Amino acid sequence: MLPHDPLCRVLYVDLARRRSWVEERTDLFAETLGGAGVGIRLLDEECPPGADPLGPENPIILTVGPLVGLFPVASKTVAMFKSPHTGNLGESHAGGRSAVALRMAGYGAAVIRGASPTPIYLVIEEGQVHFRDAAALWGMHSSYTAGSVLRKRESGSGMRSIMRIGRAGERLVSYACVITETYRHFGRLGFGAVWGSKRLKAIVVSGKRSLPVADRRAYRQTYDRIFQAATQSELMKKYHDLGTAMNVEPLNSIGGLPTRNLQSGQFEGAAAISGERLAEDYLGRRVACAHCPVACIHLAALRLPYPNDPYFYKTVMLGYDHEPIYATGSLLGLDDVPGMLQLMDEIEVQGLDVMSAGVALAWATEAQERGIITPQETDGLVLSFGQAQPYIEAVRRIVSQPTDFYRALAQGVEHAASLYGGVEFALAFGGNEMPGYHTGPACHVGYLTAARHSHLDSAGYSLDQQAVQTGADLIPKDVADALLAEERWRQVLTSLVICLFARSVYSPEVVLQALSSTGHNWSEDGLDKLGADILRRKYKFKQREGFSAAELRVPQRILETSAPAGPFDEAFIREAIARYETQVKSHHSGESKR
Amino acid sequence: MVKRLSVVDVDRCVGCQACMFACARQLGHGGLDGACIHVRSAGGIRKGFVVIVCRACPDPPCARVCPTDALRPREERGVRLKADLCIGCGNCVQACPFGAVLWDREQNKPQICVYCGYCASYCPYEVIALEEVEPIRTTEEMPHAAP
Repeated sequence: MLPHDPLCRVLYVDLARRRSWVEERTDLFAETLGGAGVGIRLLDEECPPGADPLGPENPIILTVGPLVGLFPVASKTVAMFKSPHTGNLGESHAGGRSAVALRMAGYGAAVIRGASPTPIYLVIEEGQVHFRDAAALWGMHSSYTAGSVLRKRESGSGMRSIMRIGRAGERLVSYACVITETYRHFGRLGFGAVWGSKRLKAIVVSGKRSLPVADRRAYRQTYDRIFQAATQSELMKKYHDLGTAMNVEPLNSIGGLPTRNLQSGQFEGAAAISGERLAEDYLGRRVACAHCPVACIHLAALRLPYPNDPYFYKTVMLGYDHEPIYATGSLLGLDDVPGMLQLMDEIEVQGLDVMSAGVALAWATEAQERGIITPQETDGLVLSFGQAQPYIEAVRRIVSQPTDFYRALAQGVEHAASLYGGVEFALAFGGNEMPGYHTGPACHVGYLTAARHSHLDSAGYSLDQQAVQTGADLIPKDVADALLAEERWRQVLTSLVICLFARSVYSPEVVLQALSSTGHNWSEDGLDKLGADILRRKYKFKQREGFSAAELRVPQRILETSAPAGPFDEAFIREAIARYETQVKSHHSGESKR
Repeated sequence: MVKRLSVVDVDRCVGCQACMFACARQLGHGGLDGACIHVRSAGGIRKGFVVIVCRACPDPPCARVCPTDALRPREERGVRLKADLCIGCGNCVQACPFGAVLWDREQNKPQICVYCGYCASYCPYEVIALEEVEPIRTTEEMPHAAP
C-alpha cells in the first residue's frame, strides 16, 4: 500500500458515548484487500459469540476497497453485521455514492458500536464526525422525505452519500433495508433493523480527496482498458439499455420465473412486466453509481391521478430491477404495471427489503387461499394473486404491526410459517427469502450454501442455464464444486468492492494490473488463496453462530414446480450441500484455482 | 476559433462522475481532489443532474473581482490562473454565478478549468464536449489588458 493512501484508516464510532476515533489497520488491508475480506475480519473482532443482533453488541461495519476512487465500477460498500433476520452472518452490498464517499472522506472502513439512547444521525467528513439529533426525523412516514431533509440540511452535494432507514428499520422489521441515494440499497438480511436498534436514522458521508498511484502511466493505461471494456462490452450495454430487467422475459420463456409463490415457473403476464415493456412505457431516467459509466439504474416515471380530484396528478420516480419485478410482479401474479410499481414504491417508502417483502406476501396469499390464515389474522385484508391494492395495505401493516400475524410476518416467512403452518410453501433458504430464479437445482443449492444465501454469491442460476443450453445432466458434486469456485473468486471481487455486474471486465489479470499500478502487490495465487480464506472465515463465523448445513430446510415447493434444468429431488440437494460443506472448510484451495 | 467546454445535453447525464475523476486524473492522481468540473443531483437524483463547468465567459466576473490579478482573462475568452499571485481570498468563488470556480483546499486557491477537454473524452453519453466558439475579442480589446 502506498504511504499516503488513506485506505488503512478505520473510523470507529461509539454511539453510546458519542465518541469517534481513527485506527490505522495497515495489516488488515494488506492481508485481505478491503470489502468482504476486511469486513469479516472486523466482524470477528467486534461481534461476540451469541450476540443479540438487535443489541448494542452487534456492530455495524462498512468497508470499501483499494480500487475505489481509482478505477471505474469499483463502486460498492460492503456492510457486515449479525443478521436479525437469520440470526447469523449478515452481509449486504450497496452502490450509489456510498463507496466513493467513504473513500473520499479518507477511510477504508467504519465500525459503529453501541446504541444511542435517542435517535441520531451521523455526519462523517474528512477528519470529523458529527453526532446530530434525529428525534424529529424518527417516525417520519416516508424514507424519501428523510432523505430530502438531510439533503437540504447537510453540505457536500455531489460528493456525498446519504444512507438512511425508513420506518421498517425503526420498528425493527427483520428484513428492513438501508437506502442510499434513494435508489440503491443494503437490501438484504435486515441491516436496516440493526440501524433501528441503535436509533441510528442516517449516515451522511462526504469527502473530496486525492489518492496516490504507484505508476502514473500504468495507472492511466489500466484505467482506459477497464473504462473501454465497461462502456463498450455487449453485456454492459445491456445493463445500460434495459438494466437487470432484461432477464424477465428470457427467464420466463424457459420457465424459470417464480410465479404465484412458485406454483409455476412461468407467468402469463411476463411480457407486461418485461424490461422491454417497462423501458418503452415507463422509463423516465437512467442513473449511475458514482464512478460507474454503465448506469444500470432504471427509474420508472409513474403518473398517478388522485381518484377524487380531477386533473390532479403526481409523478413518482422509482427504481426497478429484475428482483423487485419478480418479487412484486410474477411472484404475486401482478401484471398490472401501475399497481406493481405502486407496491414497489410503498415498500420503498417503508424501507423494506423488496425481495423478502414480496416472498412474505406471496406466502401469506397462498396461506389465506388454503384457509391457514383468515381475514381475522390479516386485519380484514383479502390477499389475492394479481390484486395490488391489498398488498399495498399489507405492506403498511407489516411495518405498523396491528396484529400478531403481521408481527410474525415482520420477522420473515420462515418465522411466520413456523407459527401458522404452510412451511412447505414458505420460500426461504437459511431463513432468507428466495431470489427471482427457479432455474434448476444449482440455483437452490446456491441459495442454501452461499454465505449470504444470495443468488449473487455463487450464481447457481448460471450453471442451471448452461445445463439447459447444452442439455448436459447436472451432478451434485460438480454443482457444489462449481458453486464453491465461483463463490471463492467472488470473495476477491467483493473485497475489491467491484460491482459483480462487471465481473467479466475484472478478470484476474486486470485485477492484478489495477492493483499493481496503485501500489498493491498481489499474485493470482495469492488472490485465489485469499478468496478461499475469506469464505472459510465466513463459514467459521456462521458455524459459531449455530449454522448447520445438514439442518437446512429445503422448501418442498422447489421440488414440486418444474424447473428449466429438469426435475431434481431433495437427495440431489442434500448431496450437493454436504459436498459443499466439506470442501469449503478444506485448507487446500487447489480446486478453486481458476 | 477557440475552444471551451460545453454542456451539450444535461438530460443525458447519468451522474457517473467519470468526468470529475478524469479531471483529477489529469493531475496525476486518483480521487476527486482538483477536479474543475462538478456533477451533483438537481435536488435529489430523481430530478436528474446538474453539470457545472467553466463557461469561459467573454467578460469573466471571477477575474473582475480578483484583487491581485491572479485570475486574468485569457486571450479571446475565459480565464487563466497565475497561482503565485493568488492570495486565496475566494472572491472569484463568490463572483461566479454558476459555482464553476471550485476550491483547492490544500493549496487554498481556486481550481480553474484549462479547457483541455480530457473530461469530455470520458463522458459515455455525450453530455459534455469541447466546443469551438468565436473569440469574443482580440488582445487589444481585452477589458483588463495592461494600458
